[in-house]
Amino acid sequence: MISLKEVSKKFSTKQGTIIAVDDVNLQIEQGEIFGIIGYSGAGKSTLIRLLNGLEKPTSGKIIVNNEDITSINEDKLRQIRHKVSMIFQHFNLLWSRTIAENIAFPLEIAGMPKEQRAARVKELLELVGLDGRGNYYPSQLSGGQKQRVGIARALANRPEVLLCDEATSALDPETTDSILDLLVSINEKLGLTIVLITHEMQVIQKICNRVAVMEGGRVVEEGDVLEVFQNPQQPITKRFVSQVSESSQAKQTIQNLVDLYPNGKLIKLVFVGEQTEQPILSRLIKQFDLEVNIVQGNISHTKSGAFGTLILQLDGEALAIDEGIRFIHEQKVHTEVINND
Amino acid sequence: MINSLFPNVDWPKMWDATLETLYMTSVSTLLTFVLGLALGLLLFLTSPHQAWANKFANWLTGAAVNIFRSIPFIILIILLIPLTKLLVGTMRGPNAAFPALVIGAAPFYARMVLIGLREIDKGVLEAAKSMGAKTWTIIWKVLLPESMPALVSGITVTCIALVGYTAMAGIIGAGGLGTLAFLDGFQRSREDVTLVATVLILVVVFIIQWIGDIITSKIDKR
Repeated sequence: MISLKEVSKKFSTKQGTIIAVDDVNLQIEQGEIFGIIGYSGAGKSTLIRLLNGLEKPTSGKIIVNNEDITSINEDKLRQIRHKVSMIFQHFNLLWSRTIAENIAFPLEIAGMPKEQRAARVKELLELVGLDGRGNYYPSQLSGGQKQRVGIARALANRPEVLLCDEATSALDPETTDSILDLLVSINEKLGLTIVLITHEMQVIQKICNRVAVMEGGRVVEEGDVLEVFQNPQQPITKRFVSQVSESSQAKQTIQNLVDLYPNGKLIKLVFVGEQTEQPILSRLIKQFDLEVNIVQGNISHTKSGAFGTLILQLDGEALAIDEGIRFIHEQKVHTEVINND
Repeated sequence: MINSLFPNVDWPKMWDATLETLYMTSVSTLLTFVLGLALGLLLFLTSPHQAWANKFANWLTGAAVNIFRSIPFIILIILLIPLTKLLVGTMRGPNAAFPALVIGAAPFYARMVLIGLREIDKGVLEAAKSMGAKTWTIIWKVLLPESMPALVSGITVTCIALVGYTAMAGIIGAGGLGTLAFLDGFQRSREDVTLVATVLILVVVFIIQWIGDIITSKIDKR
């Protein structure tokens, strides 16, 4: 559906050249929800704007829907933008138009006759749960409702790709959830490919199939969301994963236990899918002479399955602890010792 | 009663002068709106990162606007006498005032148009582009509607300035309330004529401001 080959984007400023996107290769499949996560300044905003030609790459190839958008003219690019639409962090609605007129705007641009526009707008208002609000102005809506209008507007010309530029970053957690649910439902209902950028791991966890982690303009890690959660490689990815799997309160508890039991060992177990159903803990306690203390437990649900973390304190003979850890390893549960380094 | 208070006021003449002022103001406001809007859009669209970004065109438009905005109106009228003769064919009557009025006011309005356009959220322009809009579509359906309150309040201010300009245009024989106040009132020491003409000008200005405010608040849905 979308492929990027050795794509770079440089900006020249008075302070010198800034490399916003640095040699990025990506392959995004039809119908998937692909997330790009990174802190601000990582280049993700520029990257997503390369996908609909709002920014032109300095080098590299971008293929969208079998069309090389780096080599086509403006007319053709405008046609492609009907099929690759975008929603924004700050919604970017026209305040001078009603909700219905905002949604009709891309239809006007595409040259749809007036009667057909009205019918299509009605359909879209229902799809995003705003029926009856057509005559309101954007200033009369809440943030979540505005984003629903943004989504309806983006879907108007029946696109094949939806680009989401920090679409939930300006919304409160509850509204974020409802917008994410809406995105998942249109992804399933319409078979739409969704590419989203965010700095919130919760968003990736909740709706993405695959994720790319960006830092300094580069994609430093990429893969299925579940795999990345289970086994993050880069320090930045670990930081993002810990955003959702460890609360700061739990970290405090760990510190307390480290202080209380300087001789014990704290280990972190990561379970994926069916592993969560095996009685590993009770076997561990029965087979080895160990005191086992559960410090923290957590199960996160991602779009492709559940994954859990468990932090245990093992106390006892050093030999027994080592054997216990080896036992857990044999159960193919990812294990990590987090103190007494 | 009224005649004893204002013994020297020739009421039919005063009424004709009022109509002349209204005529000069409304026609020149209309022409200024069109020319100023075009100049303002040109200034905006040729500025960096915009659709027609062009350093030279932007510099040239900006220079022309600044020069004509800086020339005092009374001098501009005199400088434009040859052009007026060429365009209107005469130096007498209200029509002779139009070239000077429009050339004096349009650059002033163009600056206000530019300010209004710059206030439009850049994200909205980006959204329109992302939908595949052409530059002309963006002008008609985004730039103008989204800056409309600023454009209307700007033309209200310009229109009121034009009322003042029409009075000055009296020196080239344009007519109107300004000429009446100066020639019949001041120069012949008939204070009542000056007073009545001034009050009428004030009434015209207040009505313009009132209409402008109503329209601005009606169209602003922010």
